[in-house]
Amino acid sequence: MSIFDIIAQQLANSLVLGSFYALVAIGYSMVYGIIKLLNFAHGDIFMVGAFIGFAILSLLTGVIGNGWLGIAVAILLSMVATGCLGVIIQRVAYRPMLAAPRLSIMITALGVSLVLFNSVMAMTNGQYLAFDTGLSFDGVDYGPIHFSYTQIVLVFATAALMVGMTLFVNRTIWGKAMRAISIDMEVCRLMGIDVNKIIALTFFVGSALAAAAGVMAGTYYGSIHFFMGFIIGLKAFTAAVLGGIGILPGAMLGGLLLGTLESFGTQIPWIGSEWKDVFSFGILILVLVFKPNGLLGRNTIERM
Amino acid sequence: MAGTDPSPFTLAPRTGLAGFEDRVFQLMDHRPYRYATIAVLLLIVILIPRFCSNYILEIFTNSFLYVVLCLGLNIVAGYAGLLDLGYAAFFAIGAYTSGVLTSQFGWNFWLAIPPALFLAATVGVLIGAPTLRLRSDYLAIVTLGAGEIIRILARNLKHITGGPSGLIGIKRPTFFGLELNQISHYYYIFLVMVLAALVVSYRLEHSRLGRAWKYVRDDEDVAEAMGIPKSLIKLSAYVMGAMFAGLAGCFFAAKMTAISPDSFTFLQSLMIVVAMVLGGMGKIAGMVVGALVMVLFPEVFRTIGPLRMLVFGIILILMMVFRPQGIWPARRH
Repeated sequence: MSIFDIIAQQLANSLVLGSFYALVAIGYSMVYGIIKLLNFAHGDIFMVGAFIGFAILSLLTGVIGNGWLGIAVAILLSMVATGCLGVIIQRVAYRPMLAAPRLSIMITALGVSLVLFNSVMAMTNGQYLAFDTGLSFDGVDYGPIHFSYTQIVLVFATAALMVGMTLFVNRTIWGKAMRAISIDMEVCRLMGIDVNKIIALTFFVGSALAAAAGVMAGTYYGSIHFFMGFIIGLKAFTAAVLGGIGILPGAMLGGLLLGTLESFGTQIPWIGSEWKDVFSFGILILVLVFKPNGLLGRNTIERM
Repeated sequence: MAGTDPSPFTLAPRTGLAGFEDRVFQLMDHRPYRYATIAVLLLIVILIPRFCSNYILEIFTNSFLYVVLCLGLNIVAGYAGLLDLGYAAFFAIGAYTSGVLTSQFGWNFWLAIPPALFLAATVGVLIGAPTLRLRSDYLAIVTLGAGEIIRILARNLKHITGGPSGLIGIKRPTFFGLELNQISHYYYIFLVMVLAALVVSYRLEHSRLGRAWKYVRDDEDVAEAMGIPKSLIKLSAYVMGAMFAGLAGCFFAAKMTAISPDSFTFLQSLMIVVAMVLGGMGKIAGMVVGALVMVLFPEVFRTIGPLRMLVFGIILILMMVFRPQGIWPARRH
């Protein structure tokens, strides 16, 4: 393989990784945009989504098989279920805290994260679960570069979700309400917007996207684990900050960019895969230091 | 409003549990009572090794460690209002510095403490200086990332830290020629460390610096307008917290004689946050209570051991929603 083949192959792989980061980053970014909360539990929502998808796929295996159809149904059902979970969490844990100091709501989010991953740990006894799918490694070959069908479908599914998401936020009345609340919540209340309902909707959409990413990651990597949300939550946050937190295209761009940087960074001989996470967190710290508003963010001075 | 909401200015006696808390505070306002209480508590703590088994001493020694960690995090989060989610990193720096110096370079344990504190403070400045001017919630994530970086460094720098399997053969400290090898020795040494940390915390809280921390926490814009250099003040809180954790790390390494990166994970940082929140952020006595609860809880409720973090998560949410001031009651002003 020539150096260009390696680069092309890495680019293909990084697209998949970047898609997962981007989908989770969108949820972070939306919630942050609307109530200025860093939802630490978002990575765990991703993980719960993967486990719900796993449960549904196991049930469906006898009925419609564990091929593409089964996975598609599992993703959709998991999105709905996890979205509802997101709404419940918002109702129970975050809504009473909206007026509280920022430190309190962050600690509440930590509590939610603890509850989520420890419940899943208790239910699975901390085991890795094998995500059993009927997908093969077949795919398309361009010379020495291999794209599996799974990779292609995942990337296209992610793209479809992102397009749908963008249309939802930019073209619907609910999306308009979300954008309005992110600018000024109090005025929206006066204008008759049901702010609580829109916040709940935001949590639903964000959690559903994370669940989609969770099930996809499960099918792609073949196994799931209760702690899988921690690292991806951090990475997705990095992606959201990289693109500019609170800005949806920023989250998508940041996710893809981080996936690429990570895939290539670990190819540099003296870095190696055991330094992969250091590499990403290093990027996070550098971005926050030099361009805290992200690549697409406006350069405003935060007075909070 | 006037009819339903009790105004903070009319001090009608409260009833029930709240009333009991008020009466306790009233009593503690009298200096003789306060000093008598502290003296009795101290006497009990000093006499514990005479009457208790090694198992109980072990638990208390562990809780002393947590008290110091909580006191340190309390300076960062409780006084200055900065959430540090990678606090275990400084604990790790203290433990590894003292561990490497004593095991590989043959240093005396006591001499290894100043370099450990210095290194913890330096790393605190390195992480804090660029990020403390950001919003407080960014800081939480950055500290989380930095904490992970430090842990991964400890795992990957095999030649210095022993890699994933850890550092072994850390020398036990000696005290005027006596080698500390009994749990009761450690109990007393840790007790001295806790008392020192308590005194330092108390003095800091009531110093000019301590008032500046709280001022910046409550309203940093106004504080800045009043001439308080807010970035410097935040950095000082962060570095002070780092040094407390570094100190706890030194003693931890000396007691365990073997340390590995597994002791300094994100979960460890979370445990310290939980203990601090349980006790009530910003209150020194609360830190003692929180640390005791944190260490005693899994020992008392053995059966739900693996689920304790689940329980703590639920408690954390409930506390934030219903009793943000923590277990230790809030002072009524």
